[in-house]
Amino acid sequence: MELTYSKPKTLIDTPTHYCPGCGHGIVHRLIAEIIDDLDIREKTIGLAPVGCAVLAYNYLDIDMCEAAHGRPPAVATGIKRVHPDNIVFSYQGDGDLAAIGTAEIIHTANRGENITVIFVNNAVYGMTNGQMAPTTLLNQRTLTTPKGRNEKIDGYPLRMCEILSIIDGSRFIARTSITSPANIKKTKQLIQKGFQTQIEKRGFSLIEVLSTCPVYWHMTPCESMKYIDEQMTKTFPLGVFKDWENENQF
Amino acid sequence: MSINKNQKFLLTGNEASAEAAIQAGCRFYYGYPITPQNEIMTHMALRMPEVGGTFIQVESELAAIYMVYGSAAAGGRTMTSSSSPGISLKQEGISYLAGSELPCVIINMQRGGPGLGDISPAQSDYFQAVKGGGHGDYHTIVLAPSSVQEAADLVFDAFDLADCYRNPVMILGDAQLGQMMEPVVFCKKQKTDLSAKTWALTGARGRKRNIIKSFYPVKGELEVFNIKLQKKYHEIEAEEVRYEEIDTRNADIVIVAYGTSARICREVLKDAKKQSLKIGMIRPITLWPFPSHCIARVAERVQSILTVEMSAGQMVEDVRLAVNGKCPVHFYGRTGGGIPSPKEILHKINELIQVKEKVTCVTS
Ligand SMILES: Cc1ncc(C[n+]2csc(CCOP(=O)(O)OP(=O)(O)O)c2C)c(N)n1
Ligand code: SF4
Ligand SMILES: [Mg+2]
Repeated sequence: MELTYSKPKTLIDTPTHYCPGCGHGIVHRLIAEIIDDLDIREKTIGLAPVGCAVLAYNYLDIDMCEAAHGRPPAVATGIKRVHPDNIVFSYQGDGDLAAIGTAEIIHTANRGENITVIFVNNAVYGMTNGQMAPTTLLNQRTLTTPKGRNEKIDGYPLRMCEILSIIDGSRFIARTSITSPANIKKTKQLIQKGFQTQIEKRGFSLIEVLSTCPVYWHMTPCESMKYIDEQMTKTFPLGVFKDWENENQF
Repeated sequence: MSINKNQKFLLTGNEASAEAAIQAGCRFYYGYPITPQNEIMTHMALRMPEVGGTFIQVESELAAIYMVYGSAAAGGRTMTSSSSPGISLKQEGISYLAGSELPCVIINMQRGGPGLGDISPAQSDYFQAVKGGGHGDYHTIVLAPSSVQEAADLVFDAFDLADCYRNPVMILGDAQLGQMMEPVVFCKKQKTDLSAKTWALTGARGRKRNIIKSFYPVKGELEVFNIKLQKKYHEIEAEEVRYEEIDTRNADIVIVAYGTSARICREVLKDAKKQSLKIGMIRPITLWPFPSHCIARVAERVQSILTVEMSAGQMVEDVRLAVNGKCPVHFYGRTGGGIPSPKEILHKINELIQVKEKVTCVTS
């Protein structure tokens, strides 16, 4: 019998701490598959965020580093400057990247830092029990928007791909989701392109993945997937926002 | 710029500190402009490309300290510099560096505070530097130069100490030291017996993966880690205390002062000698670990100790702890950018002597 699906070498064989239906596990697996496919396990250095993925280093069998909340792009910069030929990626949530770490991500992109950022947008602060995130949708209920996000009080959902794609230093910026096998496959292609951008030393790449947090969305895993397709993508349209292969696309 | 060993340069404390870092093998510098330490950045911007190093003018002090964190984690010799308000911003990162046991050097050319304060010399960040500053049970090694030559020498030592103990090291200078010019020679050599950084992130080639972190979520693990840290700190306290002791043997009053204050007090010692006063001085060079033993020893035999600082009284608390009641501890300080003059300090000393004489008269 032919083996068609197995655990990637880079993924450590251990139960994760993620809740049932959480998107983080899917994204971890994709990263591990890509590292195997590109055969870069021995030269990749990953940055774990402060957020639900804080323990990402327990699941990926590569050199990894912690960063304080919001600071992975700065830490990644410090690492990349020491080892320009290694592959350096940061893994960040929406609170990490689009609230407390907004300055770092914008300036890292602007320096054209040759790193790859995996941005997991689940529209909520998972780790701290479900407060509003900068990417929380209008009317979405969270712990700190009990009546739903009201733009007059809370402002609007922040679209980071759109912001980052107008920065000259950005070379590959895309938004994708994990709601179906087809979308997961697409996500893998896009993350792979991000790594390829870095391997070819073309500069800053970021892939935003719309992901689930069933626990703090108060939904089942299936409802959560549907919520991304039917609600989240209205505010956060999927697509490639910037691509060095086709600079005029945007 | 080419530097020959033993060649003499006329440099500011800022420039000398920056050049010493380069000579010590620092190749990754990250900073954000702030007076009175801008010459460090300017020098790094010029020199780093010449030696194949990295200079980044960062978007904030916050990001700068985390770039230092990254380069330290990757095994590079790395440094940032700033002045008081910027150092406050770096405190979270310094706590993370200590918690991840990462070696690096941080220079603080202090200015007056609190808040935006002003740009004149001050020593009011002593508490922040030696008591932690950021969150958690940690220490940074703190070195306090009092001349341009010493600034250069201590930057050199700072990198070795950082690597030796896997710990952040802070140089605590001030606007005066940073801005003044003196002759300096770059004569120190990098330590050669430091162990290889096998813990650094380089990509897990031919070895098990390395993880750099300060997070210990499993109950009990954090305490075990902290106990290990404390052991290291005790070792540093036992091995690395540095101070200069001047004329303490027959002194009636001993001054304790560091950095620029100590420079001023050197003048006081000369003037006191002319008046036949027996005054000595202890100049802490390491502020942490603090030369408590030396101060305690001297406290046994002097009439009193006078701590002089450019602050409202910070180091004096550590002096009192060291003296532990063995003799009276007095304080003279200027705050908010004020610089004590030798005359003021001598006046204070004469006051202490008169008070002492009065007390003696009453009791005799
Ligand atoms: C400086 C600082 N502020 C706040 C926190 C608390 N905190 C931890 S994770 C988090 C939010 C995480 O949300 P996100 O980045 O969206 O990641 P998720 O958990 O949703 O994957 C916060 C506020 C912290 N650890 N450090
Ligand atoms: S809280 Fe949300 S983001 Fe965090 S692990 Fe659970 S489902 Fe995932
Ligand atoms: Mg989130």
